[in-house]
Amino acid sequence: MANLTIEEKTYSCQPDETVLDALLRGNVNISYACKKGNCHSCMVRSLNGAPPENTQVGLKSTLKAHHHFLACLCLPEQDMTLKLPDQSEFYTEGTVVVNDMLNRNTLLLIIAFKDAFEFNAGQFVNLQRPDGLTRSYSIANTPQESNTLEFHIRRLPGGKFSEWLHDGIKAGDTIAVSEPRGHCFYLPERREQGLLLVGTGTGLAPLAGILTDALAHGHTGPIYLFHGSREAEDLYRIDELRQLAAQHPNFHYMPCLSGPHVPEGFTAGRANDVALATLGDLKGWRIFLCGHPDMVNQTKIAAFLKGASSTDIYADAFLSTPV
Amino acid sequence: MMTETPTNEEAKMSATLYERIGGEPAVNAAVELFYRKVLNDHRINRFFGNSDMDKQIAKQKAFFTMAFGGPNNYTGQDMRNAHAHLVEMGLDDSHFDAVMEHLGATLVELNVPADLIAEAAAIAESTRNDVLGK
Repeated sequence: MANLTIEEKTYSCQPDETVLDALLRGNVNISYACKKGNCHSCMVRSLNGAPPENTQVGLKSTLKAHHHFLACLCLPEQDMTLKLPDQSEFYTEGTVVVNDMLNRNTLLLIIAFKDAFEFNAGQFVNLQRPDGLTRSYSIANTPQESNTLEFHIRRLPGGKFSEWLHDGIKAGDTIAVSEPRGHCFYLPERREQGLLLVGTGTGLAPLAGILTDALAHGHTGPIYLFHGSREAEDLYRIDELRQLAAQHPNFHYMPCLSGPHVPEGFTAGRANDVALATLGDLKGWRIFLCGHPDMVNQTKIAAFLKGASSTDIYADAFLSTPV
Repeated sequence: MMTETPTNEEAKMSATLYERIGGEPAVNAAVELFYRKVLNDHRINRFFGNSDMDKQIAKQKAFFTMAFGGPNNYTGQDMRNAHAHLVEMGLDDSHFDAVMEHLGATLVELNVPADLIAEAAAIAESTRNDVLGK
């Protein structure tokens, strides 16, 4: 018999009983449907080591790496500590150390923590205002010795949270930050694989982290980054990215503008359209898409139709929550 | 694609279609091919949504597992409920036929023997009335 622990509560799992059945017997509110490992509804996460391999069949590599597994397939081999997908989050206080503008409407926010903050570049966190208002933002850097997280915050007209970050906080203020979430990140495997990164606006944030991580791990395959917006003034980090491309022969950077005015050095068109037109067959490529949900969903399908495997397509569509 | 040839005729007879076709890896390979065909088919791609592709892939995986006689808990009523909104959109026999066409073509492409394809097609065909809400 194995014990299953979720937060403060422990449930016993009988021999030949799956984790899902044991939790349902214990009246835990957990979603499920097929009970056969097909629908992925009952995916949970092990917090004390890798789950049995057969319980991760068909999951994305990044989910496997973070010990997510299907509760309906799991006959526990030992006691397990579990996290449910909608379990309440643990917040840590951080201190704002930098708040500068990256361009006319995008804020660079750097938050420092006393202790190490573990995450994978490309994941996101929830930031919380003292009154409880909460928004998700992607982390833009890789884990640092200085225990800092970097964010790119676009000012949304009438957006309560982004206006607060732009106008209401200053260096030295504290802010509550959730644990990292999301499975859109780089894993140092298949380093010869082509990497395609497509982002619009502050969708560059997670891609910048993923790019830095891939280069730091010595990724050898071609890496293409397409960053798009309507006007050049809404892109950022252009010079840094061009410099990076000059230093790394396998890294290619294409800033794309969908508006009518396209200065030299920029490509006309939407970033996703330019990406798909520039690269032919995407069979075997790993793809990261961040930005407007419509762009992300369309490009997912387009990349899949150009040969990319669905398990190699990663995306965190960020929804700009209206006021 | 196929599992190793069974060493004797008895083993071959006792294995389920799902096992003989190659189990979960076979389902994964089939789903990728099949879903590309469906998305490229203007007769039916509107029924397969522009929504979250990962969710669509999971649904197709459930479909193939069922067609291969693999583990599934779907009842006729589940099939009716899941497709009711598509029937309202105009889903009819011609669309079901197109899906059957792609199912067959996918399995041919994966070199599945004809007798196994026929078995899978028969299982998929048996859901026609439930899917179409007849």
